Amino acid sequence: MRSQLVPAMLALLAASAVAQESKIVLKDDPNRAVVLQSCLMCHSVDYIPLNSPFQDRKGWEATVNKMINVMGAPIKKDDVPAIVDYLNKHYGKS
Amino acid sequence: MTKRRDFLRVSAAGIAAASMSQLLRANALDQQPVELAAGARESAVLDALDGKVPLIKRSYRPPNYETPVEYFNEAFTPNSAFFVRYHLSTIPEVKEADWRLKVGGDAVQTPVEFNLADLKRGFEQVELAALCLCSGNRRGMFEPHVPGVEWGPGAMGNARWKGVRLRDVLNKAGVRKEALEVAFDGADSGVTDKTPDFVKSIPAWKALDENTLIAFEMNGEPLPHWNGFPARIVVPGWTGTYWTKHVTAVNALASPLKGFWMNPAYRIPKGKFPLVDRFTSQETDVNTPITEMVVNSLITNLAMGQRVRAGQSLEVRGIAWDGGYGVSRVDVSVDGGATWRAAEIGRDYGKFSWRQWGYRFVPERSGTVIVMARATNRVGATQTFELIHNPAGYHHNVVQRIPIDVVA
Repeated sequence: MRSQLVPAMLALLAASAVAQESKIVLKDDPNRAVVLQSCLMCHSVDYIPLNSPFQDRKGWEATVNKMINVMGAPIKKDDVPAIVDYLNKHYGKS
Repeated sequence: MTKRRDFLRVSAAGIAAASMSQLLRANALDQQPVELAAGARESAVLDALDGKVPLIKRSYRPPNYETPVEYFNEAFTPNSAFFVRYHLSTIPEVKEADWRLKVGGDAVQTPVEFNLADLKRGFEQVELAALCLCSGNRRGMFEPHVPGVEWGPGAMGNARWKGVRLRDVLNKAGVRKEALEVAFDGADSGVTDKTPDFVKSIPAWKALDENTLIAFEMNGEPLPHWNGFPARIVVPGWTGTYWTKHVTAVNALASPLKGFWMNPAYRIPKGKFPLVDRFTSQETDVNTPITEMVVNSLITNLAMGQRVRAGQSLEVRGIAWDGGYGVSRVDVSVDGGATWRAAEIGRDYGKFSWRQWGYRFVPERSGTVIVMARATNRVGATQTFELIHNPAGYHHNVVQRIPIDVVA
C-alpha cells in the first residue's frame, strides 16, 4: 500500500510543481497586469520578491532594460515606465 | 499568512519523502542566513521537484533550488537533495535513445557524433569525487545586495561523478594545435530565440586535463534529469557555470567564444581574488571569467541561536573545500575570533572533493558563544573576514559567525 501511495504522491507533487508558480501573488496595483504580461513569458515572477527590497528605481530600470536588450524579452518600450514604477513602488529599496 | 501556507505545503511533501520530520523542514526556511534580503527570505518555500526531496525554492521557472544545510553533514550529497540551477526556462526531458553528442568545432580534424552507448563502450570510464558549486553561491549574503538568484549557502553539492575523459573524446575527433578553447552547449534554451543560448567555454588546457569529464553517473546512479541527464560536463575545481548539463555539443575552437554568458556574464574583477588558474584568452583589461573555486568552509551542524548546555561537550562539524589544491587545515574559534584551534580533518576523497572536519569543545559558562571556522589550502590561500565585493556576487567566502546560546 505504502509503495503505491508514495508514487501517487510524487506524481501529484510533480503536477502541483507546475501549478505552484501560479500561486505567487504580486502586490496588487493597476500596473500589475502589465508586469505579469511582460515577465511571465520567460520566467516565474518570484524573481521579483526574490530581488527585493534592495534595488532602487535605477536598479529596477537596469534590470528591465537587461531583459529587453540582452535577454530579448518582447516588452513594448511604452510599457517600460509602468513596469519600472510598479517594481520600484512595491519592491524597491525603501 | 505565507508562513501558514508554506507549512501546509511542507506537510504534504513530508508524506512523499518521509525521510525527515516536518520540523526539520520548517527549520530549513527558518535557518536561512540572516544576511539575505527580506524578499529573498520570504519568497523561499520548500518545494519538491519531480524526483527530488523538498529543497529551498528560490525561483520556480527556470528552476533554482537550494539544498538545505542539514544535507551537508554527509560526505556526498544525495542526488535527490542535490541543488538545481538553470538560466533558461525551456528544459527538455532528454530521452537516452534520442540523445547524441556532437564533437566538432573549427579546431578539430574530423567532427564525430556519439550516442550514450558509444561513449560508455568506446572510452575508459573514470570516477572522481568533486564539489559542484554555483559561482553565485551565497550571493544573497552580499552587502550591499546584488541582483540575481539570491542564494544562501546551499547552491552546491559533493558527488562521485562517473564518465569518460573529455580529452579522450576530443582526441577521437583530432584536436588541432590551434585549439584555444573548448565550448559546450546543452539541450536547454530560452523561451524566445532572441535569448542568448547558454553556451560556455573553458581553455583548451583545462578541457584536456585528465580530470575533466563527460559524466553520465552521479553517486552511482544515472544523472537525475535536473542535474543534467543523460550527460554533463564536469570541470573539477572550477565553478558550476562550466559544468554544462544535458550536453549536446562539444566544440574545439581556434578563437575565443563570444556571447553574453562568456562576457559580460560570469566575470570577476581582475586581481581581487587570490586565484591560480587563469583563462587568458578571455581576459580583458579589467575583468576575467570566473575560474576555480576560492577556499571556503561551512559549519553544518549548528544553527544560529541554537541552545546548548554549559559543561557538556559539543562538536562543531563542517566541510571545507577549494579549487583543487587541497584543504590543508581548518581552524575553529569559539570566542568570536580571539583564539583559533585546529579542527580534526576527515577522510580525503580526492583533491576536488570537499573535506569534512570536526572540533570538540566544552562551553563552560552560559551566555552567547560565537563559533567561527576558517579553512586554508595547500597553496596558502585562506578565507576572508571582509567580503570581496564584486558586481555579480561571486566567490563569497567570508568566515561565518554563528552565535549559539549556552544555557546552564
